[in-house]
Amino acid sequence: MTKTIGNSGEPMRLVVVNAGVNDPSTTRTLADRIAQKSIERITAAGKTAVLSVIDLAPLAVDIARAVVAGFPEAKVQSVIDTLGGADAVVAATPVYKAGMSGLFKSFIDIVDNDLLIAKPVILAATAGTARHAMVADEQMRPLFAFLRTFPVPTSIFAAPEDWGSPELGGRIDRAATELTQFLLSGAGRSIADAAWQGYQHQFGGNATRAERSAADVNFDTDLMRLAAGGTLQHG
Amino acid sequence: MQFGIFSVSDVTRNPITGVTPSEAERIDAIVKIAKRADEVGLDVFAIGEHHNPPFFSSSPTTLLAHIAAQTQRIILSTAVTLITTNDPVKIAEDYAMLQHLSKGRMDLMLGRGNTVPVYPWFGQDMRDGVALALENYNLLHKLWREDVVDWQGKFRTPLQGFTSIPRPLDDVPPFVWHGSIRTPEIAEQAAFYGNGYFANNILAPNLHFLPLVNFYRERFEHYGHGTEEQAVVGLGGYAFIAKRSQDAYDRFRPYFEGSPIYGKTYRLEEYSRDTPLSVGSPQEVIDRTLTFREGFGDYQRQLWVLDAMGLPLEMALEQVELLGTEVVPVLRKEMAARRSPGAAGAPTHQSLVQAKYRDQPPRQPRPNANRGDNLTGVRPYHDTDESVTASPPLVVGQAARFGNITPAER
Repeated sequence: MTKTIGNSGEPMRLVVVNAGVNDPSTTRTLADRIAQKSIERITAAGKTAVLSVIDLAPLAVDIARAVVAGFPEAKVQSVIDTLGGADAVVAATPVYKAGMSGLFKSFIDIVDNDLLIAKPVILAATAGTARHAMVADEQMRPLFAFLRTFPVPTSIFAAPEDWGSPELGGRIDRAATELTQFLLSGAGRSIADAAWQGYQHQFGGNATRAERSAADVNFDTDLMRLAAGGTLQHG
Repeated sequence: MQFGIFSVSDVTRNPITGVTPSEAERIDAIVKIAKRADEVGLDVFAIGEHHNPPFFSSSPTTLLAHIAAQTQRIILSTAVTLITTNDPVKIAEDYAMLQHLSKGRMDLMLGRGNTVPVYPWFGQDMRDGVALALENYNLLHKLWREDVVDWQGKFRTPLQGFTSIPRPLDDVPPFVWHGSIRTPEIAEQAAFYGNGYFANNILAPNLHFLPLVNFYRERFEHYGHGTEEQAVVGLGGYAFIAKRSQDAYDRFRPYFEGSPIYGKTYRLEEYSRDTPLSVGSPQEVIDRTLTFREGFGDYQRQLWVLDAMGLPLEMALEQVELLGTEVVPVLRKEMAARRSPGAAGAPTHQSLVQAKYRDQPPRQPRPNANRGDNLTGVRPYHDTDESVTASPPLVVGQAARFGNITPAER
């Protein structure tokens, strides 16, 4: 059940989730810069990293169908698998109508609650005005708290004026450094190892540590004892 | 291996005519469908249990007893009986009665159901769903195996010296399938008791339920009921058949797209490719079903839904006919040819009687004379095992008259 990840020579798997829809997309550009800086930091620390990018726009219809049908078809399932295999995540969305994009939220809505337990995440948002600057911290941060991830302390927000400012690069560097230090510490992996049973899980789910056989299942619970002919505490 | 059909008892608008059948018409229709299934040689007919529109089947044992009286050999079952909101005492009685009237041509499948508000309608709390299912079955299991039951649990009043009547036919309890698509505790309970496990193999990607089926097999062996391949597995399914493949898609499409459940999701072609929904010619449905065996291993029961989504009765009957005459006969041969010699057979009343009694005559309980108040003695039947003990409750009035005595002192 415990799966060693990112150890020794194995590369850190960085996954970008990008909800930008234009080509080129400002959101994707921001995500790429964050990913690039993170890889630089990881490499500078003597580790290797591999990057996967999940662009949600081409999957928009499939994601909407998965929401309605209750399960994803193969294309969407394969990106969920990619995300589940991440050691670290860059989550990037445009701001529409004062909030994260519906496409981004719909994608998160179809992943298992335990897909990203204790994994570090850089939160990133772009908007047409600086008035939306708090969307990453006020909307994305609670969402990734619900998913029991570790959003790094620095979120990245970029309005049009930020693209001409060296301070955006400074914030990206800070977030990438935070992500890298967290990854190097192994804290996320240790937390998932030690506390995995305590989270809510779905049998046969998509998380890399999901229960898939009897060896993964905790039989030391009230319900499992009841299932094997036992009784619950009365009262 | 057993092949059959099940219905969720939906009353759905026919998307072509725009007409919604009345409850009366659908109830008449389901009886005709079940009778046709018997006539064409299918092994099983199962009906769901619901307590809200647009469904009609709130009382499965009433319906199944009626069908039993008009059929010859088909096994009648449920898909599912709600083990959460029904009192297990009433389940024990109702299904034992059905077992007698159908001469053993029945079994039942237990499930939690999928309608959230049903819990308060029957005085239960949905948050207790899994625990209710597990505890209620623990009691049901006892009620069918012990003449006199003392029991205490969390969810219902304790039982003292209770006898569920009638005793099961030939004193062999109905076979029980536990239906679940996501809950390892339910699969664990099926394995613990050596009962059947049924995965409703629809509404999800192909082989989505394999981890849970394998978990059940592993635990079945763990509890010493046999090898993993001797575990008793059933699969649900959905089929639409026509002589020619393209006709199947053309004729089924309006019903699929008009369905409140399916129509707003994937296209029919994608849905039948990526999920176990089997649409096509008899040969295509046969080939598809054989892939279930390849994926899940040898299994004992395959049921299909054929009558949902507002299909008119004539079309549903035609589906039953095609299934029974062109699909299942071939599947019987093909499945048998591929079957591992170690795989379990499908349970029937006859096989359970044979397993319990060998060549001896089955037990036929005859009650001892008593006042009929269920308080009269520890041995309700002529032949009740002498080792059976019970502690009937003290009636309050008696306790007051005789003082505080223990059962042992009486």
